[in-house]
Amino acid sequence: MLIDSGSPGGVGTIGITLTINGERRELQVAPWTTLLDLLRERLDLTGTKKGCDHGQCGACTVLVNGTRINSCLTLAVMKDGAEITTVEGLAGLAHREGTNSLHPIQEAFVEHDAFQCGYCTPGQLCSSVGMMNEGHAKTRDEIREAMSGNICRCGAYTNIVDAIEDVMQQGGAR
Amino acid sequence: MNRFDYVRPSTVAEAVQALGSDPAARFIAGGTNLIDLMKYDVERPGKLIDITRLPLDKIEERDGGLRIGALVTNAALAYDARIRERYPLLADAILAGASAQLRNAASTGGNLLQRTRCYYFYDTATPCNKREPGTGCSAIGGVDRIHAILGTSEHCIATHPSDMCVALAALEATVRVSGPQGDRAIPFAEFHRLPGDDPAKDTNLAPGEIIVSVDLPARGFAGHHTYLKLRDRLSYAFALVSVAAALELDGRTIRTARLALGGVAHKPWRNTDAEALLQGRPATRESFKAAADLVLREAKPQSTNGFKIELARRAIVRGLEQAAAGTPQSQSDKRIQ
Repeated sequence: MLIDSGSPGGVGTIGITLTINGERRELQVAPWTTLLDLLRERLDLTGTKKGCDHGQCGACTVLVNGTRINSCLTLAVMKDGAEITTVEGLAGLAHREGTNSLHPIQEAFVEHDAFQCGYCTPGQLCSSVGMMNEGHAKTRDEIREAMSGNICRCGAYTNIVDAIEDVMQQGGAR
Repeated sequence: MNRFDYVRPSTVAEAVQALGSDPAARFIAGGTNLIDLMKYDVERPGKLIDITRLPLDKIEERDGGLRIGALVTNAALAYDARIRERYPLLADAILAGASAQLRNAASTGGNLLQRTRCYYFYDTATPCNKREPGTGCSAIGGVDRIHAILGTSEHCIATHPSDMCVALAALEATVRVSGPQGDRAIPFAEFHRLPGDDPAKDTNLAPGEIIVSVDLPARGFAGHHTYLKLRDRLSYAFALVSVAAALELDGRTIRTARLALGGVAHKPWRNTDAEALLQGRPATRESFKAAADLVLREAKPQSTNGFKIELARRAIVRGLEQAAAGTPQSQSDKRIQ
């Protein structure tokens, strides 16, 4: 057994290690803490949003080892050892020495006005980077399908697809 | 979410031992369904057994087919080059379901074991025989638009929500399980069950058993197949009706047919009589209509889901036409040809 939280009813926090936006963190977590709640409530990384909290809206999308998932449907303890990238860390993924730039997808969202209220945007950004890492979507139809797990109540979809297409044409994610 | 103990085994034997005979213990892999159910207090496990470190994440050649480890994610499976080339029906069905984020997390074993999305099953304030046996079925006579038309009982009209399982039924997969009594293999058609008078039981998995792999036989129907899914939105919605159709043809004559439906029953609905009827017949609309009529002969509508019967009839015909023509439904361009 790799980990055993102890006897039934024990309070049992568990020690885990996560690398979050490049920074290694040793954390004690209760097993029922979702990755989303850990990020927002414990680590003050409130860029990742809680929309539905049921995996239906995509606002909580983060990258785990480069792969996009819903952080609301993931227990933090299960991701022990993983590298997590949140919207706060996207710029760092694309950082070039001597610059203070955003990630290209962030630049493109600004350029294409790909949001209105902005609540879904962190999830849209992380999901876009994850989608480009996957490398399966090429056409606009395929981008729309691959981004269907991110709901935008303001309806900025057309501009979101424009922004993603723009970055893909420039060589994709970093 | 309730409080629970958490253990993380490293072997299948440790996992089976940790589950033991504890009815309140649950395995967790992707977590995409279980954590959701825990947030609604539909599931309140006393112990979670995190199986993500078990060595079950490989896809391996086996007897001319493929052995899919229970922890292979839906995304890894759908994009595996061997699956895309030899079992494109399975790849398409997976890509028809959920969202990219969920497919990146959700496991093969978990897909088989996901629970129904019946509104009343999720709502702990309402009676539900699946959630609380003996309390009654709120869906019967309630909001039943998404519910089953085949194989229902007076106790439950829920549907199985999976797309992947509809393809696995058509492909005659085998589910390999391990448990306190040893290992066994369950034919896919016998894995899920109909509600009968015990709708709390979704599958024939015995207490204490864990899924270790899903095995695909050699025949993949790569030449003539389709997964046609009809739903209220073009993406990221459960099927109202879906059809997995697969054919082997001699010219225009059907040598072998496979036909399974999703969104219409408590389990992936495969009808071998309809498949037998198609065998030896010409691959024409007339033949396909006869098969559809046979599949739906026993269909029974609830108060507002009667539309599903005609929808399923037409989806079967269209699906078989797509399969025969070798023009499978695109899962990104949703126009139906």
